[in-house]
Amino acid sequence: MLKIDNLHATVGGTEILRGLTLEVGADEIHAIMGPNGAGKSTLAYVLGGRPGYEVTGGSVTFAGQDLLALEPHERAAAGLFLGFQYPVEIPGVSNVQFLREALNAQRKARGQEPLSGGDFLKLAREKAGLLRFDMEMLKRPVNVGFSGGEKKRAEMVQMGILDPRFAVLDETDSGLDIDALRIVGEGINAIMRKPDRGVLLITHYQRLLDYVRPDYVHVLSKGRIVKSGGPELAHQLESEGYEAVAA
Amino acid sequence: MMVRDERSASGNASQPTSSVPPHHERRNLPAAHPEERLRSREGASRSHVSKDLPTQRDEAWRYADFAALETLAPEAFGQWKDIALAPGETRRECLVLGGTGPELYRVRLTVGEGARAELFAVNFGADYARLEVEVRLARGAHFEFGGVTIGGGEATREFVTRTVHAEPEATSNQVVRAVHWGQATGNFLGRIDVAREAQKTDAAQDFKGLLLERGASTNAKPELEIFADDVKCAHGAAIGQMDEAARYYMAARGIPPETARKLLVRAFIAAAFVALEDDGERERLMDAALRALGDKG
Repeated sequence: MLKIDNLHATVGGTEILRGLTLEVGADEIHAIMGPNGAGKSTLAYVLGGRPGYEVTGGSVTFAGQDLLALEPHERAAAGLFLGFQYPVEIPGVSNVQFLREALNAQRKARGQEPLSGGDFLKLAREKAGLLRFDMEMLKRPVNVGFSGGEKKRAEMVQMGILDPRFAVLDETDSGLDIDALRIVGEGINAIMRKPDRGVLLITHYQRLLDYVRPDYVHVLSKGRIVKSGGPELAHQLESEGYEAVAA
Repeated sequence: MMVRDERSASGNASQPTSSVPPHHERRNLPAAHPEERLRSREGASRSHVSKDLPTQRDEAWRYADFAALETLAPEAFGQWKDIALAPGETRRECLVLGGTGPELYRVRLTVGEGARAELFAVNFGADYARLEVEVRLARGAHFEFGGVTIGGGEATREFVTRTVHAEPEATSNQVVRAVHWGQATGNFLGRIDVAREAQKTDAAQDFKGLLLERGASTNAKPELEIFADDVKCAHGAAIGQMDEAARYYMAARGIPPETARKLLVRAFIAAAFVALEDDGERERLMDAALRALGDKG
């Protein structure tokens, strides 16, 4: 579903990704772990097409398309969802307005009819319920005044509503307390553990993987994958540390 | 006691927070001799109209486009729409300036005791367009102003207000948003006079400029003249660019750039019409402003 081949990328002239190769099949959840500065967030932003993240070599194919040739909003319409480590606040634009615009823009790009206001609210209510997120908060401006944990749960509500084929989740577990971590983990399973879906879960810690069990775990270091394995690799990393395992 | 506070904030897209010299100098040169022309007319005719003819030296006209003004009939400068509000009355005006030629619209509001005057305006004129308002507030009266200047090209669009708190306990609130691109300019010149006996005055001005392109500019000039000592007068001015993080966040959720821009501009200008309680009128003004944005390629 997602095929990354020998990807090189720079940020501000500094090479961060140095020949990253990774393939995620349909129905698979892959976890990427690694120390600070390994290039985890850069990988997420490069896949999401963020300005300032320049691809200098390699290729990324998503569902048979050249992902890197698409504009950021076209990548979303193609079914890619990027969960932000630091979700952005947008004063003056409500979550409901934002998400309805987003969903209908994606539907339009895919040649589908727009969802009516009533149908959209029904969908939003259902997905908010899944994440135990107060519907009233969805009427407030995007992420404004939300706590760190609320922002991450709001991201998952967004993912539920947009229903992507593939999600790149950048440290979705950071800033979550124990209960919120479980709710978010269950949310990811409910939304993405479906046929023809894939997830790339970027995380520092093993604890989210207790709830979202990955099929594969990769260790990212200095811009490339240095080790891959099954879920047990995450436990090994947790007990022995990155240096010992990645060496 | 008299406090005089006269500051101006101006900026362009490349230097959102720093000062820039007065722009449109090309048009302001004496060579265009609008002042001379106007003065000579005054001398020749001694007409009533001529007293109202502005010159570049007038503070309230310092950013005006005199080349455009020259095309207006002299009578236009003497035309004021006078509106008097009886004590306790509430009156609202919603204006859209969006013509193709220079526009000069002048309103004089006399607001009686405890009355409330509301004025909301969108200014997207294709040429120099100016809304000028003079307000006199009696005891306990209120003046509410919400304005948006929006547009590209080379036009100057401006709001010029002079609010006189003539008696005690009157309040005024002015919120202006300016959104510009191309070589366009948006201005807000807001003068507030607080008379010696106008204790417990509460006056506020809030200006924010959003510059979508390098080359566009805004000028904000609050001017406070306060002769009373128990008053509150607040003013704020800020100029910035589009929030790129917000734009990318929207793109990452599938919203195309032009829709994202519209949503963000809508959110930005909404503050000017928060106090407008008529939903239909608010939507009409918002739509007029966003249609102007639609002209941006």
